[in-house]
Amino acid sequence: MANSMTRIVSALLNSSKGAEKLLTSRLIHSTSPVYNADVKENYIKCTLIPGDGVGPELCQAVKEVLAAMQTPVVFEEMFLSEVNPTMSVPLEQAINSIHKNKIALKGILSTPFSSLSGELQSLNMKIRRQLDLFANVVHVKSLNGIPTRHKNLDFITIREQTEGEYSALEHESVPGVIECMKIITEAKSRRIAKFAFDYATKHGRKKVTAVHKANIMKLSDGLFLKCCEETAQLYPSIKFDSMIIDNTCMQLVSHPHKFDVLVMPNLYGNIIDNLASGLVGGAGVVPGASYSSDCVIYEPGARHTFGQAVGKNIANPTAMILCATKMLWHVNLHSYARRLTDALEKVINSGKSKTRDMGGYASTTDFTRAVISNISFE
Amino acid sequence: MSLLKHCVTGGLINSFKSLPANGIAKLPIAAGVTQGQRNLQSTTISNYKAKYGGRFMVTMLPGDGIGPEMMSYVKTIFKAGGVPVDFEELNLDSTHEDIEHIEEAVIAIRRNGVALKGNIETREHSRNFRSRNVELRLRLNLFANVIHCRSQPGINTRHKNIDIVLIRQNTEGEYSCLEHENVKGVVESLKIITQSKSEQIARYAFEYARKYNRKKVTAVHKANIMKLSDGLFLNTCSEIAKEYPEIMFDNIIIDNCSMQLVSNPHKFDVLLLPNLYGNILTNIACGLVGGPGITSGRNYGIEHAVFETGTRNTGKSVAGKNVANPLAMINASADLLEFLRLDYHATVIRNSIHKVLNIEKIHTPDLGGTYNTTDVVEFIMKDVQAQTSI
Repeated sequence: MANSMTRIVSALLNSSKGAEKLLTSRLIHSTSPVYNADVKENYIKCTLIPGDGVGPELCQAVKEVLAAMQTPVVFEEMFLSEVNPTMSVPLEQAINSIHKNKIALKGILSTPFSSLSGELQSLNMKIRRQLDLFANVVHVKSLNGIPTRHKNLDFITIREQTEGEYSALEHESVPGVIECMKIITEAKSRRIAKFAFDYATKHGRKKVTAVHKANIMKLSDGLFLKCCEETAQLYPSIKFDSMIIDNTCMQLVSHPHKFDVLVMPNLYGNIIDNLASGLVGGAGVVPGASYSSDCVIYEPGARHTFGQAVGKNIANPTAMILCATKMLWHVNLHSYARRLTDALEKVINSGKSKTRDMGGYASTTDFTRAVISNISFE
Repeated sequence: MSLLKHCVTGGLINSFKSLPANGIAKLPIAAGVTQGQRNLQSTTISNYKAKYGGRFMVTMLPGDGIGPEMMSYVKTIFKAGGVPVDFEELNLDSTHEDIEHIEEAVIAIRRNGVALKGNIETREHSRNFRSRNVELRLRLNLFANVIHCRSQPGINTRHKNIDIVLIRQNTEGEYSCLEHENVKGVVESLKIITQSKSEQIARYAFEYARKYNRKKVTAVHKANIMKLSDGLFLNTCSEIAKEYPEIMFDNIIIDNCSMQLVSNPHKFDVLLLPNLYGNILTNIACGLVGGPGITSGRNYGIEHAVFETGTRNTGKSVAGKNVANPLAMINASADLLEFLRLDYHATVIRNSIHKVLNIEKIHTPDLGGTYNTTDVVEFIMKDVQAQTSI
C-alpha cells in the first residue's frame, strides 16, 4: 500500500517526460514516469518475438498499451521466423536473449509442412527443447462481452510439450511403412504432474484431471497416468481424477464447468487447447504461457498465425494483451497488471469496440485505443 | 563464485544423494556447470524445488508467538524487493494433541523442498505430546543445523570480532524421543549415537570448512563420562578429519567448551556438535553476538532445507507488543534466498540489515535501543526498494 502511495506521489511530482509518444490527450496530463526514464537499467527487460502472420500487428498493440501506461518494461525485439528465413535472426540469438531476460512475449511462429532442409523439428520445437520449456499453460476464461454457448468458464489446461508425439523421430523402416515414435518418460511425466499440482496449489484450484488414453496405449499413457496418481498423493488438499481423451473432448463441449485443472501429454494438449479456446471465443482471446524452470514465454493459447489477415488491421489483440498482463504479474508489477486487465475487461464488456471475431467491425487499432483510453490512473 | 557458495548451501545437499546408506563413500565435489549443461541441470533442480519460470514456491510455517508477525514482515520486504518467491502458508494448530496433524506440513515441505519456519510452541504438560519441531526435523531427516554467529560492529557486546560457525547434529542423540518408565519411579531416556549419522554430520562440517575456507574444526563431546556414545562420535569425527588434512581438527569437552566460549570465544572457528550440546552452545553463541533477535539458523537434509531463527524460541512474551527484533527472521529469509541462488536479492536484504545494525543503528529494545519492530521493518522495506528501484 505504502509502495503504491509513494509511486502516486512521485508520479505527481515528476515532470511528464516521455508523454509526447502517447496516443491520446487524456494521458498527457494524468501521468508521468514513476521510474526515471533515463535510468533504463532498472527497467525489466523482456524478449519480444512478434512471430508470423498478424503477430507483429498484435505486438505493436501491446507495445502501445504498455507505453501508454509508462510500464517499466523494455522490449528486446527480434524477428524470428521459419517461413521467412531471410529476415529471421539466428535461433541462437533468440535463445540467448530469452535465457538472459528470463521472460519473453511471443507471437505465433508458423510451421511449414515440409521444411527446406528436410529437418523434422520445427522452430517452435527447437525453442522448447533448447530452453526446456516443458509446461504449457492455457487459461480458458469466459469474457463477459463475448457471446458464447457456455458462460462463466474458468479452467486451466496444462500440457507437456517436450516429448510425446513431438519427438521428431520418424522414419521409413521399409518402403511404404512409416514409424513415428511417441516417447513418454517417467522423469518428464513426474515433472509435468508436479507442475500441475504446484500450479493448482498456487492458484487456489481444487481439482486436477489427468487426460490420457491408457486403455489403448497401456504402457506409454499408462506410465503418464501412474506418475500423475503418485504425485497426487503429495497434495492431499487437491482432488485428483483421470479421464480418457475422447470422453474429455465430449465433456468439454457439453459440460465444461466440471473441469478445473487439466494435465495431459503433448498431442492431447494441443487438441484440447484449441478446443477449449473455441469454447470462450476463439484464438484471439485466450492467453497461454510456456514454463521452464528458469524462463517463461507468454504467447497466445491457441497457436494460429491468422495469415489471411496480415495487413488488414482486423486481428483481435485481446490474447496478446492478456499475455502481457500475465507477464506483468510474473515480474511483480501488480498494479500495472491489474489496471490493464480492468481496462481490457471494460472495453470488452461495453461491447462498443468489437473486432470481427467478436462480431463487430472495429479494427485492431480501434480496439487498442479503446483499451488505452480506459486505463485508470489510480 | 556463486557456484562455490551453492556447493555448501544447496549443492552439497544434492551431492549427498549419491551417498550409500552407510554414508562412507567420499562426497563428490560439485563440478562446474557450463552453459551446455543447463537443460540437464534445470531438470534435476526441479526434482526437489518448485521453480517455474524463475519463480519459486516456498512453504511458510508461521508457528506461534512472534512467528506470524515476523512472517508478515518477510512478505512485505520480499514484495518491496520484487523477490520472485511465492509462499504457501500453512498454519499448524499447536493446541491439537494429535501429532499426525503435522503430516500436512511435512508433505508441503517435501513438495516444495524449502521452507521458512517460525518456532512451534511445545506444551510440555501433556505426556504424549511430542515436540512438533523435533517431529518435523525427524520426518524430513534434517540432519544438519548450521548457525553462523558473527559480531556486528554496531552492537555493543563484551567480545568483539567473533566469527564462529556451529554445526549441530539435528536428528539423533538425546532428541530421539525414546523415554519410558520401566519401574515406577525410574525413567529412562535413550540417547542414540550412530556411526553413520556421526559420519554424515562430520563430513558435512569438513566440507563446509573446506568450501568457506575455515581453518579449524572442533568436535565437542563428553567422552570422558559417556565413553561409548560420545566416544563413538569423537572417534568418527577423528577418522573423517584424516581425509581433510588441510583443516585442523581438535576436540574439547562440553563443560570446558561452554566456559571457553564465554571467556575466550576467539579460539573457535567451526564447532561440530551432537544434538543437545549443540542446542546449548548455539544459544550461548547467539547470546555472545547480540541475543536471539539477530541470528538465523539453517537446517539441511538430503533433499530439503528449512530456515528459521538461530535460537528457535517463540518469543511469546513479546508477541503483539511491537518490540520483538525482526532481524533474525529477515536474516533467515536472506539465507533462504541464497539457498535458492537468488544471490542478488539476498545481498540487497543483507545490505539493509547491515545498515540497520551498524550504520543507522535502528535498534530494538533487546539490543539496547528504543525503536519499534515496525521502525526496523519500514526502514528495511524502503532501503530494499531504493536499492532495487522496483
